[in-house]
Amino acid sequence: MSMDTTMTLRGAALAPDPSGALVWPAERTLVVADLHLEKGSAFAARGRMLPPYDTRATLGRLAELVERLAPERVICLGDSFHDRRAASRMEAGDVARLRDLTGRVTDWLWVTGNHDPEPPEGFGGRILDELALGPLTFRHEAVPGAVGELSGHLHPVAAVVVPGRRVRERCFAFDGGKLILPAFGAFAGGLNVLDPAVSGLLAARFEVHLLARGKVHRFPRSRLAPDRK
Amino acid sequence: MSFPSPLLPANVQGWFRSRGWAPHPHQLAMVEAAAAGDSALLIAPTGGGKTLAGFLPSLIDLAERPREGLHTLYISPLKALAVDIQRNLEEPVAEMRLPIRTETRTGDTPESKRRRQRANPPHILMTTPESLALMIAYADAATIFRHLRCVIIDELHALAGTKRGDLLALGLARLSRLAPQARRVGLSATVAEPARLLAWLSKTGHADGGDVRLVTGRAGASAEVEILTTRERLPWSGRMAMHALKEVYQRIRAHRTTLVFVNTRAQAELVFQELWRLNDDTLPIALHHGSLAAEQRRKVEAAMAAGKLRAVVATSSLDLGIDWAAVDLVVQIGAPKGASRLVQRIGRANHRLDEPSRALLVPANRFEVLECRAALDAVAAMSLDGERPRPGGLDVLAQHMLGMACAEPYRPDDLYDEVVRAAPYAGLSRDEFDDVLDFVATGGYALGNYERFHRLKLREDGRMAVTGPAVARQYRMNVGTITQEAMLRVRLSRGPVLGEVEEHFIQGLTPGDTFVFAGQLLKFLGIREMEAQVAKGGTGEPKVPAYAGGRLPLTTALADRVRAMLADPAQWPGLPEDVQEWLRLQRWRSVLPARNGLLVESFPKAGKRFLVVYAFEGRNAHQTLGMLLTRRMERMGCGPLGFVATDYVLAIWSLRTPKDMDGLFDQDMLGDDLEAWMDESSMLRRTFRNVALITGVIDRRHPGQEKSGRQVTFSSDLIYDVLRKHDPGHVLLRATRADAAGGLTDVRRLSDFLIRVKGRITHKNLDRISPLAVPVILEIGRERVDGSATDELLEQAAADLVAEAMPELGSPRDEQGRLTL
Repeated sequence: MSMDTTMTLRGAALAPDPSGALVWPAERTLVVADLHLEKGSAFAARGRMLPPYDTRATLGRLAELVERLAPERVICLGDSFHDRRAASRMEAGDVARLRDLTGRVTDWLWVTGNHDPEPPEGFGGRILDELALGPLTFRHEAVPGAVGELSGHLHPVAAVVVPGRRVRERCFAFDGGKLILPAFGAFAGGLNVLDPAVSGLLAARFEVHLLARGKVHRFPRSRLAPDRK
Repeated sequence: MSFPSPLLPANVQGWFRSRGWAPHPHQLAMVEAAAAGDSALLIAPTGGGKTLAGFLPSLIDLAERPREGLHTLYISPLKALAVDIQRNLEEPVAEMRLPIRTETRTGDTPESKRRRQRANPPHILMTTPESLALMIAYADAATIFRHLRCVIIDELHALAGTKRGDLLALGLARLSRLAPQARRVGLSATVAEPARLLAWLSKTGHADGGDVRLVTGRAGASAEVEILTTRERLPWSGRMAMHALKEVYQRIRAHRTTLVFVNTRAQAELVFQELWRLNDDTLPIALHHGSLAAEQRRKVEAAMAAGKLRAVVATSSLDLGIDWAAVDLVVQIGAPKGASRLVQRIGRANHRLDEPSRALLVPANRFEVLECRAALDAVAAMSLDGERPRPGGLDVLAQHMLGMACAEPYRPDDLYDEVVRAAPYAGLSRDEFDDVLDFVATGGYALGNYERFHRLKLREDGRMAVTGPAVARQYRMNVGTITQEAMLRVRLSRGPVLGEVEEHFIQGLTPGDTFVFAGQLLKFLGIREMEAQVAKGGTGEPKVPAYAGGRLPLTTALADRVRAMLADPAQWPGLPEDVQEWLRLQRWRSVLPARNGLLVESFPKAGKRFLVVYAFEGRNAHQTLGMLLTRRMERMGCGPLGFVATDYVLAIWSLRTPKDMDGLFDQDMLGDDLEAWMDESSMLRRTFRNVALITGVIDRRHPGQEKSGRQVTFSSDLIYDVLRKHDPGHVLLRATRADAAGGLTDVRRLSDFLIRVKGRITHKNLDRISPLAVPVILEIGRERVDGSATDELLEQAAADLVAEAMPELGSPRDEQGRLTL
């Protein structure tokens, strides 16, 4: 454990934010993954009446970050929209909120994901399948063996056992060459980093940056606990 | 000793004669009620032929007028009981040569049999509230139930007032529409307020409906109950009564069969261990509690029925159901927490009603001596505890609304009329009903963009209908109201399953740890495939699983008696000398708590200021009171450091003592402070999770699904946070708060208390600890976080540990700031 939670990836200093976003100060860039906008309404359409406020909640948190950090560039790492019809279900107020938000940032980038291979037009920003920026590559799904890569898709969470209790929260997973971001969306669940689907992509000695109680905590893989099935 | 009764046909009379029995008067009264077409509530002690009394009218009717079709529905709170009763009824049916087919239908019944039962129902069907809910949600329900003559609800006292009872009450209301001619029969153990059960059973939903006869079984010979006067010195605190087990063991030796009742599963494990340590004669002593594997429990029950056991250590898992004729002594370890409960437990001994039941109460500490005494007095005075009925859950109503739409489209007006005939919903307003219906139909959110995602749709003929078969499928997957904490099976490595424990207990173990379960010392090996793998043996201090919700709080009526006893020295002579001396010292050094007022003591200890509140309102209410008082003391600048709550008192320690006691206890604390605390509390999150499960917002776990309880908790928390922020008045949150107010927070009881003591607070400022305060102060050091149904405590202790392990998290600022002395 250490208070310093900055991660250096190919010389780029990256700071995890307790909200689940990643900040690249040198490039005035903010990165978020897996917003899953309109996940609530996607469930509602199938008869599970989840509250419809997840888009509002997610955009609200994102707006706070943009307000606080005033980034010049925002990169959404894919699965920003829960499905192809997400935009058509979005409530008018949320549509306006999202347009306003993208309008406040010079360069807003939508990286495509498996949930949104063709993100909706009309919200501003540019749409890309992946993005190379300086030494770094930004894509939705990590490619095995790729270095200097930031990705989302897996919704990593980690569990730490302390006496008498288990803490399980969203996390960044980092092995020095690859960085996997936690999901930012309000209704996004999680997958334990010890699951082979995550750990298999990372070097044997990776670390996580766990988001708990408004702070970021760094733990080596050796401190992590698996989920019970 | 038999006599001919015009009520009974010859073959039934012959059967009684062949058994050498005569029908009990209450059995005849039940037949009479049936002949008049009345519903009936039978209140009788266990062993009085209660079940037969319930079925007798149906047997007679079917004997005299044989016909096809479902005639009688029997509903039991336990699957196992339904199966048992079916077996037991087969015997008289066969012996009377009645043309009657009896079957069971529960969650374990195979799909093929269930389909067959719907096409060709038996005459008598034994089932559970959940299975009934499923049956009435099929389109053919009207056909299946059209010939129904009678519904028997067993163990009604255990169902009424619970969510399962709500579900059943709604189901009965529907049955009354499908089969208006069907009578209702309730079977209940002795209760304080039969009126409540009469209302529950009535087709009007009200006690004065006039359609239910009250039949009371003959009370057995009065019980011989004594309180163990131990030769050891009475402990000041603690709940395990280890000091008295040697004497309990001697009693077991002196009796044929003894039932040893304890209040929690943790207690059961410890008492069982200790009795075996003392068991020089290797008497067959067994263990029975709800976490043990079903086969294991069945084995114990069978051995018991066969008279092979000398004693069984049991929790309330034995409170319901099966009769034990051979038991000649009941031992209650620890205070019974309520007079009704004591009566029901004593009733387990000597089921031949002509012999008195014998029972021994073993108080674990001094306060429990008072409580046991009070419970005995209450039993002698026949004054049992009545709890206020709680209104039916809105989540259960939502489930029912969906189920009824699966059966057939309905007019909201008609359903409302039907629902308010179920007693738990008799007070339901039309607005509330419409809100819930709106939730079921479209989610009922303030943000209106779900209008197009109907689960129910209003048709042109004014009826609500489900929008597709997927909705009905989803309903059938999620029916029921039992929502449990995630449990893990405990399996001996390469051996059998021993039972289940709460997941959070296993989470706290590291491989190599020793714990006590199923009466054995076990070593934890690890978790594999959803099971905790263990081996026999192990070293080191064993842990004992604590179970959420294991301990019931002291009832209001009993608390009142304890207060009265404390305040009145004339009542002391019956108490052990240790206890009398303790009370005399209290009177000398401080003052005795008054019967109707509130005594608050303050004194310094170990550099801190202590405030001891003698409220006697039970742990749950005290826990809530502690949260609220410390918040207020924080604002008053008193620097509260922590608190501990027992069933009797609350102790708070702080830097300074508050000056204004009336202000401190002002009931306005139930306003904003309560709201603020409740919304943040993890207890409310858990309650919300249950509501979300019952209403089908999140899905239940089903076999084969790779979703752990933890993930469910996780996602319902996300929903809770978003909903609380964006739609705080939503019906799901209202249902959650209503549940919490009556349940774990006991806000209703707390509110009564604050009103009662207003203007009657005595504050004693002492220079040192008073005798009466000693037990609670001792609890501070030893209080284990042990599933006191107060999730807060758990959460808090856990948070402290997190803070310890992760100092940079900072000291979690929260309600308690719980520190040790």
